[in-house]
Amino acid sequence: MNYFLELFVGGLTRGSIYALIALGYTMVYGIIELINFAHGEIYMIGAFTALIIASVLTMSGMSGISVLILASVVALIYSAAYGFTVEKVAYKPLRQAPRLSPLISAIGMSIFLQNYVLIAQTSEYLPFPNLLPDLPFMESFAGLMGPTEFIIVATTAVIMVILTLLIKFTKMGKAMRATAQDRNMAMLVGVNVNRVISNTFIIGSALAAVGGVLIASHIGRINFYIGFLAGIKAFTAAVLGGIGSIPGAVLGALVLGCTESFGTGYISSDYEDVFAFVLLIVILIVKPSGLLGQKTAQKV
Amino acid sequence: MSDLNNTRYIEGVKQSVVISLWFMFLTFPIMVIRVDTIEKTIDWRWMNMVYVGISSFVLSFVWRYLTGKSTSRKAERADRKRERKSFLQRVASEKKLSLPAIAVVALAAAVFPFVSSTYQTNIMTTALMYVVLGLGLNIVVGQAGLLNLGYVAFYAAGAYTYALLYYHFGVGFWLALPLGALAATILGILLALPVLRLQGDYLAIVTLGFGEITRIVLENWNEFSFGPSGISGIPRPGLFGMELSMQDAQVYLYFLMIGLCIVTMFVVNRLQDSRIGRALLALREDEIACQAMGIDKTKVKMTAFALGSTWAGLVGVFFAAKTTFVNPASFTFLESAMILSIVVLGGTGSIIGIVIGALVLILLPEYLRAFSDYRMILFGIIMVIMMVFRPQGIVAGVRKKYEFQTEGDKLKKL
Repeated sequence: MNYFLELFVGGLTRGSIYALIALGYTMVYGIIELINFAHGEIYMIGAFTALIIASVLTMSGMSGISVLILASVVALIYSAAYGFTVEKVAYKPLRQAPRLSPLISAIGMSIFLQNYVLIAQTSEYLPFPNLLPDLPFMESFAGLMGPTEFIIVATTAVIMVILTLLIKFTKMGKAMRATAQDRNMAMLVGVNVNRVISNTFIIGSALAAVGGVLIASHIGRINFYIGFLAGIKAFTAAVLGGIGSIPGAVLGALVLGCTESFGTGYISSDYEDVFAFVLLIVILIVKPSGLLGQKTAQKV
Repeated sequence: MSDLNNTRYIEGVKQSVVISLWFMFLTFPIMVIRVDTIEKTIDWRWMNMVYVGISSFVLSFVWRYLTGKSTSRKAERADRKRERKSFLQRVASEKKLSLPAIAVVALAAAVFPFVSSTYQTNIMTTALMYVVLGLGLNIVVGQAGLLNLGYVAFYAAGAYTYALLYYHFGVGFWLALPLGALAATILGILLALPVLRLQGDYLAIVTLGFGEITRIVLENWNEFSFGPSGISGIPRPGLFGMELSMQDAQVYLYFLMIGLCIVTMFVVNRLQDSRIGRALLALREDEIACQAMGIDKTKVKMTAFALGSTWAGLVGVFFAAKTTFVNPASFTFLESAMILSIVVLGGTGSIIGIVIGALVLILLPEYLRAFSDYRMILFGIIMVIMMVFRPQGIVAGVRKKYEFQTEGDKLKKL
């Protein structure tokens, strides 16, 4: 039973990270129906920026929580800036193009960003300093859940709540939902669609950066290639939950994280990635629109 | 008038300054700072910031010029009703031009291995393999509109069929060729069965997952596929039982690939105008209308998957024979992405386009080896730029169309 709970906590932690990245996918997809393949790379850039800033700050004598906060904020800003720029350069000119074009452009962008970091930084794995603080009150649960896991899950939960409020109650959220429903109609009623799309990319990228900082502290090393697999997994999570749906992305990510955790714990760790995809295929066959996806009637 | 030009010019410069400042800010942590976490030293590379600033300033002018041009061209095209065919399309469609063109290409292809080094021949063989892969994927993506991101799984199926059959039973190349194609076709149908209900992006991600599963299984199932170390010592094809020297075998494989390319082009060309080809097109455009016309959706989709994967299987066998070695690392998602890029860059649905796309995408990185560190980054940039400025691909596919003219139209023309 203890082993089971341990795996469950592991799955929850994993799932939280996937959720942070999956939200970016699902939001972008909801609005412009694009699989943003470069999203995983944004997450990687967030982790790299955090590593660089944290190292510089540590070497110049700062320590503790202030390094964590500063590095995270800078990583957040930079990821958001990258997300914004990628959209402007690679996707915006392709709004009217056939559906495959932006996808190819996204794949190109992803290759570009990976190699950009590879050339400008290094191809080696870099050790990532553990920035997350120790929480004394977690001692009693130590066997089950470390402080890092707790922080990851808690941060994700808080961010989900904020995001939900943002989308439900603010003017920007309303504009985003309107654009997702019908872009032309939103434009007609005076929504600045380009601004909304930019905002979506900025928010999604910032979330990915949070995920990047958290996972890098958790695992302890990063390289230029981490974005690819994380991106695919997160996208799987988004599709699993029903792409375009925000609670769906979170649910999908948690289900995916737990499946992977139990799969590796009870069956075999060699097939870690296979479980994710098998789960995806099974769910899509049984329920093609994802767990929480809306069934859209096909218009003729 | 010159005043207006002047202000526009100043506007442009201002914009470019902002852009270059933005990029200098954007690339600051990654381009300028380099931390050595072991030695605990920081390397500040301020020169990089200067380079980024200057190059983004210049490039923003080029970008603006090009986007301005492409929008005005679009407007122009909207005015004209009939689209003019590009040079290559004209060459392809008019007999008077196409026959000499084919003759020249055939001659060049025939003498190529004798005037160039083994290395060049080898690369060209690889490029030809991608031509066939591109044409095969085009049946699924271009004609049927089913986005398949796991095409590499079928390629792997072909390669592993030959490798395993040789390893266990000593089966030769020529027998393995149809068997590899058959294995890939069966795999294609197996994949098609469950995913036919899915549409668009769901289909894309499931095929992607399928490709990854295939690779991971090959990597981990040691008893079956010998894991990451793969299978080596696969023989090259012999010429009527003769053992060829390595160099001759390369040339021989090159000509076999040329042959396969010609067969593929012929089949794909015939397929486009056949009953199945038109059913695929109809399916891509509108599924419901297509079913209303009495086309069996399931059967047609299945055919598309099966046909597409057959070619991948054939090329897989060639791949195993060419490298004499297979391992799972050759069948990553990047490979699928590469083949898809060939189809889309070349021009979905156009055979010449795909041939050119494959040659460019495979040969370009090889000849860019001089700047080997930068070739992948250039590859990424080219993909983005191509899509932004020419989304229909190098050679756009031409749709056969029959125009309906009323009496009134005819009179108008007069």
